[in-house]
Amino acid sequence: MLDVLKYQRPGAPRNSSGKGAIQISEASITFGRGVSAYHAVQSTSLRILPGEFVCILGPSGCGKSTLLNAIAGYVKPTTGAVSVDGVAVEKPGPDRGMVFQQYSLLPWKTVYENVSFGPRMAGASRTEAGSIANTFLGMVGLKKFGSRYPAELSGGMQQRVGIARALANYPSVLLMDEPFGALDAQTRLMMQESLLEIWAKFGTTVVFVTHDVDEAVFLADRVLIMSAAPGRIIEDLRIDLPRPRTTDSAALSEYIAARQHCLATIRSESRKAFEEQNK
Amino acid sequence: MTQAVQTLSEEPIPLGQTEQSALSKDPAPTVTPGLLRRALHPDLLRSLGLGLLSLAAGVLFWHWASATNLNVFVNFENVPGPGKVFASFLGHLETEIFYTHIRVSMQRILISYSIAAALGIGLGLIMGRSRIVRAFVMPYIEVIRPIPAVAWIPLAILMWPTEEASIIYITFLGALFPIVLNTLHGVEQTPEVLVRAAQSLGASRLAIFAHVVLPAAMPSISAGLAIGMGVSWFSLLAGEIISGQYGIGYFTWNAYSLINYQDIVVGMLVIGFLGTASTAAIKLLTKPLLKWQKRTR
Repeated sequence: MLDVLKYQRPGAPRNSSGKGAIQISEASITFGRGVSAYHAVQSTSLRILPGEFVCILGPSGCGKSTLLNAIAGYVKPTTGAVSVDGVAVEKPGPDRGMVFQQYSLLPWKTVYENVSFGPRMAGASRTEAGSIANTFLGMVGLKKFGSRYPAELSGGMQQRVGIARALANYPSVLLMDEPFGALDAQTRLMMQESLLEIWAKFGTTVVFVTHDVDEAVFLADRVLIMSAAPGRIIEDLRIDLPRPRTTDSAALSEYIAARQHCLATIRSESRKAFEEQNK
Repeated sequence: MTQAVQTLSEEPIPLGQTEQSALSKDPAPTVTPGLLRRALHPDLLRSLGLGLLSLAAGVLFWHWASATNLNVFVNFENVPGPGKVFASFLGHLETEIFYTHIRVSMQRILISYSIAAALGIGLGLIMGRSRIVRAFVMPYIEVIRPIPAVAWIPLAILMWPTEEASIIYITFLGALFPIVLNTLHGVEQTPEVLVRAAQSLGASRLAIFAHVVLPAAMPSISAGLAIGMGVSWFSLLAGEIISGQYGIGYFTWNAYSLINYQDIVVGMLVIGFLGTASTAAIKLLTKPLLKWQKRTR
């Protein structure tokens, strides 16, 4: 709790529950065995505080999604441990809401049914689940589209449904795997602002994976920069931009400085990797 | 929880204005056109007209070939013309036994097909989700599938207590394989991300089966059901060779034994028609389950 207060800044959301602390202790993830073994994540330790917005930034294939999947419970760390609120992660669960890159809504369920699916699985009655679904659809501005099928919506709208669906379980952690990566630039900017507004309401911990430096700096309290495979966190950068952030925030000198810093770190890292390969 | 819901619903954030207004300019048809309006759609009318035209041309050629005793490699000398066949067909419509043949055949199809559908879908789903079951069952499918229905007749007679059971067995076998294989294929096509999404929403294994795997396999299952229906009709014909009394297959086979050429063609056409009609019925029945797919296009 004290940690939370320490990092509380004006405009940052209140996380009254104090839930959503993530602890990763010396976790490494290796796929396969022997000669064909692939080290996706090198021994990584990490603490994420309740209510923090953390972006994991790195090039494609650096293991950032694998790290996220370990928190989600899809991948077991080969060594080390991952826990959320002190409980070891064993398998995926509704306490860790997941938003995927694209096409993850159930195509045979309407938008409304997709969002009420989680509450239904948790044992809520049809009416209860329905009212939760309507609340969250309203929150992402899609209440009117409840009876549509996912394929009838644009990519951006589908992702908003995806966010609503994850939030409908009242998760303590929201895990997002390049959720706006497939969207066009304008829609992406709008979605980023929307996400920050929702997060301001909710205050859940967000772990957001991206390879877009601007996106990471704009959204995050902390940007974790990962190296190329085997992935490890090479920098833990605090972003002290005031909130609420808008598109105008990109003009602030802090924003530009943070952005330049991230780019420089990534550039020197990729140069290192390049030299390593050519030895 | 309820309180949180209320406070949230009081202040909905209007998001995505641009996207929505873009969408409202070009609204998707919310009212589905009536059955009649859809039936009268020009594209549909044209393909229907072309189909009828093609059939009429075929009948005309048939008439011409049999009337002129056409003999160019293919010999039409002993082939009864459409007029004769139609007259024979009308004659049969007057008799009660003709309807009994049709009723008995449809009954056999209904029984064998129902068993094949239930077993085929069940087996396909389990095989799709369990490598062990698949490895265990697959060799049987590979070996038995290519055996034609006619080849089963002697063994079926030996194995099953009654003629009826043998016929149903042969018909069932024909429908089974396309249904199993299509279901299996459908399950394998289930996108992994959807399974993951359902897991993270708290769905149990059973719920994932019901809400993700089964609907994902549904387009493939319904294709398998339609193919299976067609195959079961031509297996039925083989099976009814055994039968001593009734069935449209028996009718056709019997006409052949009696060298009654018109009735052979009547039997063939009736089987063709019934097969097509029941396949269409299956497609119609599975359609509501695929309505999400229809809207995709």
